[in-house]
Amino acid sequence: MKIQLGEIAHARSGDKGDLVNIGVIAYRAEDFELLLREVTSERVKAHFADRIEGTVERYELPNIGALNFVCRQALMGGGTLSLLSDAQGKSFGGRILSMEIER
Amino acid sequence: MIRIGCGQGFWGDSSEAPVRLVEDGPLDYLVLDYLAEVTMSILQKQKRENPAFGYARDFPALVERVAGKGVKVIANAGGVNPVACAREIRRRCPGVRVAVVLGDDILDRVHEFELSNIDTGAPLSTIRDQVLSANAYIGAFTVVEALKTGAEVVVTGRCADASLVLAPMVFEFGWGEAEWDLLAAGIVAGHIVECGAQCTGGNCLADWETIPDLARVGYPIVEAHPDGRCVITKHQGSGGRVSLATVKEQLVYEVGDPRAYYTPDVIADFTSVSLTPDGENRVLVSGARGLPRPSMLKASIAYHWGWKAAGTLVYGAPKASEKCKRGAAIVDERCALLDLKFERAVTEVFGDEDWAMLRMAVRARDRAPVERWTREMIPLVLNGPPGATGYGDGRPKLHEVVAYWPALLPREAVATRVEVMG
Repeated sequence: MKIQLGEIAHARSGDKGDLVNIGVIAYRAEDFELLLREVTSERVKAHFADRIEGTVERYELPNIGALNFVCRQALMGGGTLSLLSDAQGKSFGGRILSMEIER
Repeated sequence: MIRIGCGQGFWGDSSEAPVRLVEDGPLDYLVLDYLAEVTMSILQKQKRENPAFGYARDFPALVERVAGKGVKVIANAGGVNPVACAREIRRRCPGVRVAVVLGDDILDRVHEFELSNIDTGAPLSTIRDQVLSANAYIGAFTVVEALKTGAEVVVTGRCADASLVLAPMVFEFGWGEAEWDLLAAGIVAGHIVECGAQCTGGNCLADWETIPDLARVGYPIVEAHPDGRCVITKHQGSGGRVSLATVKEQLVYEVGDPRAYYTPDVIADFTSVSLTPDGENRVLVSGARGLPRPSMLKASIAYHWGWKAAGTLVYGAPKASEKCKRGAAIVDERCALLDLKFERAVTEVFGDEDWAMLRMAVRARDRAPVERWTREMIPLVLNGPPGATGYGDGRPKLHEVVAYWPALLPREAVATRVEVMG
């Protein structure tokens, strides 16, 4: 069954220069396995294909049922250089939750 | 147990929050984080124009409101001129003993080091004449020395945000410079509270519509214990929420590899941390593990990059977003006719067919094309697609781009010290 990521997880994103990190957190501990299986670096890069120009690396925080995605070249230079409305990457956390995953 | 509140997540955060922390319940230390990556360069420019400036100038007025209430204040409000900041505090509050942490400012000798950019590997020589500010991120232990002087207020420059929160724990509990797990515990707690209300219900996605009374949001308090256990909470009766969800979201905020969160004091492992509910609006943080502190310190260097400008227009129905796209294409074509060259340009359209906003932005190393561009967007109101509005602020403003250039330098190159006033 296909569901939206936002049904099982919440998220927060932020910046470091031209890098955006997106923390994706399962509401329930038992759904962490589902995050691990479905929310891969490739899928995150594809979800933000219009924005992320660099690589996406995935880190695991099993202690809080979370994944952390580090996305490079995601803010058109980042910081004061960025020309984007969302120069600090704040919107990525909310926008990743519309990703469709297989339950 | 000591209570450490964080009343400022960046320069521009709520000016009432620190006062509420001090007046609305028990507190031992008030920590305030004023410095974002680019703030130092803004302050450096202000200092160049007036040697008495270069620090967060609303901080001394805040000290006036919170001094004498039994709470010690630790803030990196000193920016690039912490001594001037301390002098202004002393002028306003003659009875307050102020300690200043010095030594992070390396602008005068930045070219002595063979620095290279962490992200690009480029040598510092590529921006040699453009450097505006250069500061090393320093850690908690010089702040501890400042607290030992009996100061009521400690002013620092570029002290790492989480280290400001760690410092009172080290001071009160006598933690050693190599007690990595304890230092990591303090850093984890510091990381959770350093962005103020972001761990007490602000900017929280989980169940955001149900978070109560954000108008009176309580800023975070760490109840720190000598064994490293920390409870994240807020004053009773304040708004917002402290829950596993609000704390988890902040734990992952602006983090790279969570197994190795680098600070000047310790490398903290965020995957070792346990979060446990501890009653209403209380979360216990425990189990943090730390690795020995890095041999290099991060340096924050700001340099003049060039110029940029951004402007917006709003279009109404019919076909509002189509009008945005057509308007943008006209501006682009006019810029091409004028032979304006930009290093990068972006067009964004937000909205639907009833209402849409067009936002355009450009940047260039040279000032002239950007300045010329600021005059090309607003004429669309009369000479472009019909019904453009939302231009009340006039032409887009020209902005200097001061960019951030991160590097690493050996710890031994930075000598910190404390100066006491009063």
